Amino acid sequence: MDRTWNNKAWFLVLPVLLLVAFSAIIPLMTVVNYSVQDTFGNNVFFWVGVEWFEELLHSPRFWQALLRNLIFSAIILAIQIPLGVFIALNMPRRGWGVSVCLVLMALPLLIPWNVVGTIWQVFGRVDIGLLGYTLARLGINYNYVQDPLAAWVTVIVMDIWHWTSLVVLLCYAGLVSIPDAYFQAAKIDGASRWSVFRYIQLPKMNRVLLIAVLLRFMDSFMIYTEPFVVTGGGPGNETTFLSIDLVKMAIGQFDVGPAAAMSLVYFLIVLLVCWVFYTVMTNYGEESGR
Amino acid sequence: MTDDASRSTVIRADATTSAPTVATRTSRLRRAGRNGPRTSWLVPTLYIIFLMLPIYWLVNMSFKTNVEITSSFTLWPRTFTLRNYAVIFTDPSWYNGYINSIIYVVLNTVISVAVALPAAYAFSRYRFLGDKHLFFWLLTNRMAPPAVFVLPFFQLYSAFGLIDTHIAVALAHCLFNVPLAVWILEGFMSGVPKEIDETAYIDGYSFPRFFVRIFVPLIASGIGVAAFFCFMFSWVELLIARTLTTTDAKPISAIMTRTVSASGLDWGVLAAAGVLTIIPGALVIYFVRNYIAKGFALGRV
Repeated sequence: MDRTWNNKAWFLVLPVLLLVAFSAIIPLMTVVNYSVQDTFGNNVFFWVGVEWFEELLHSPRFWQALLRNLIFSAIILAIQIPLGVFIALNMPRRGWGVSVCLVLMALPLLIPWNVVGTIWQVFGRVDIGLLGYTLARLGINYNYVQDPLAAWVTVIVMDIWHWTSLVVLLCYAGLVSIPDAYFQAAKIDGASRWSVFRYIQLPKMNRVLLIAVLLRFMDSFMIYTEPFVVTGGGPGNETTFLSIDLVKMAIGQFDVGPAAAMSLVYFLIVLLVCWVFYTVMTNYGEESGR
Repeated sequence: MTDDASRSTVIRADATTSAPTVATRTSRLRRAGRNGPRTSWLVPTLYIIFLMLPIYWLVNMSFKTNVEITSSFTLWPRTFTLRNYAVIFTDPSWYNGYINSIIYVVLNTVISVAVALPAAYAFSRYRFLGDKHLFFWLLTNRMAPPAVFVLPFFQLYSAFGLIDTHIAVALAHCLFNVPLAVWILEGFMSGVPKEIDETAYIDGYSFPRFFVRIFVPLIASGIGVAAFFCFMFSWVELLIARTLTTTDAKPISAIMTRTVSASGLDWGVLAAAGVLTIIPGALVIYFVRNYIAKGFALGRV
């Protein structure tokens, strides 16, 4: 849509600007402030320059948390995206089944994140949980409190349970918007199921898939509540992701300086991915005439 | 258990395959051609079973006595009890959590949608200095990890004396909800032809009158969807809400976590509290089912 040039539109944006400035810019400036200062308490601060950043970039703790988080995000994407596409392809297109599927599948997305944690904490317990109990009965040694592997599996399965529906819903929205004419043409050409998917459905889902990948990456990159409730970052530090580590540092130990430096580095990574997201979205928007 | 599951699968399957009537025969043929073998019902069914099992387990536990939960392993409550729910509805420290949550979530939804409406209109209709940068900056706030903002929020709101008030949480949640509302509304508004605006202006409508009388009714469904998503993201967030409150405005989800660590044993009440937090989302989900993908994709599908 062609939009007219009008700088008075700024007045319409002003409320948003003021509100988000209050809840984003001021806090962010506080963080910048802390990241270059040190304190011995009593609110006396002195300038330390980039010391916290140097310390952070040399701290194995940060790199380990970052690595764990990247591995986690990679596993999540590798499982959720193909699974989501697969389920969306098999969803019913007409009739009452559509509503039933949409409503039931969206349900996990609307559960408070800590309740998601609680559900899986209970579900996986060997003594009272259905999953843990069943696994124990089958003779599998499963204990997410002590065994790092079990903790990882639990957190990953929980995230699949929680968020795969998002991928399904997005892909489904992309699939239903493909005009029937494409499929009729494919049928006349005698196209196989695979080539229909490869040459019609997949290209048409391009845009929603990109949204899905980026949203899932961002959300899994800042995951906090669910693993915190289930494993508390343990056993040891095995499931301590970036956010968990950051909150531990900022609120738990009140190491304001290092936590602020870490926040900024964290934020910069997010900013970078965000920019990719935005560029992709706007380019697609222009191509499709928006 | 597996027997039960497969039996219900079979029942579902029958219902799905026998549902189409003669009238939809052509579409059936077309669908068969598109979806290949008729086993496609199996995948969503298995997936939904996977989704429902943990929720079922929570509901199941909420109707059990603690003795039954800890001492025996039962697939459904043998001694059905409503005690767990009674505990929550009679103890103010529990049910106040729900009231607190609802107050700040509603406050946040109203604020977010109110300020996002004019902004989204500006983004969808006009170009102005720095519009793209502004739009991008809004997006970064939606994507920002809440953990980054926890400490500065705490200090900012302490400085204003707002700690442990509902408005503090409502304002803090604007961080990610205002951008979300702007993006969703912009998506819906771009679908309304510009000619409508122009015709209204020619007819002598002033901007505020046009906006309230004509434009807002046109995008009513968009406002509903935006409000739903603001409500939802504010409802599911815990980290910021927990940090900014101590007692008077503590959300239900924070009260839950506290109970786990303190007594650690009252599983029944914990499960009941969890079930009660799922209900609001489950109730409204039906109304937005067709827009839910659009909402999660920030209005971009």
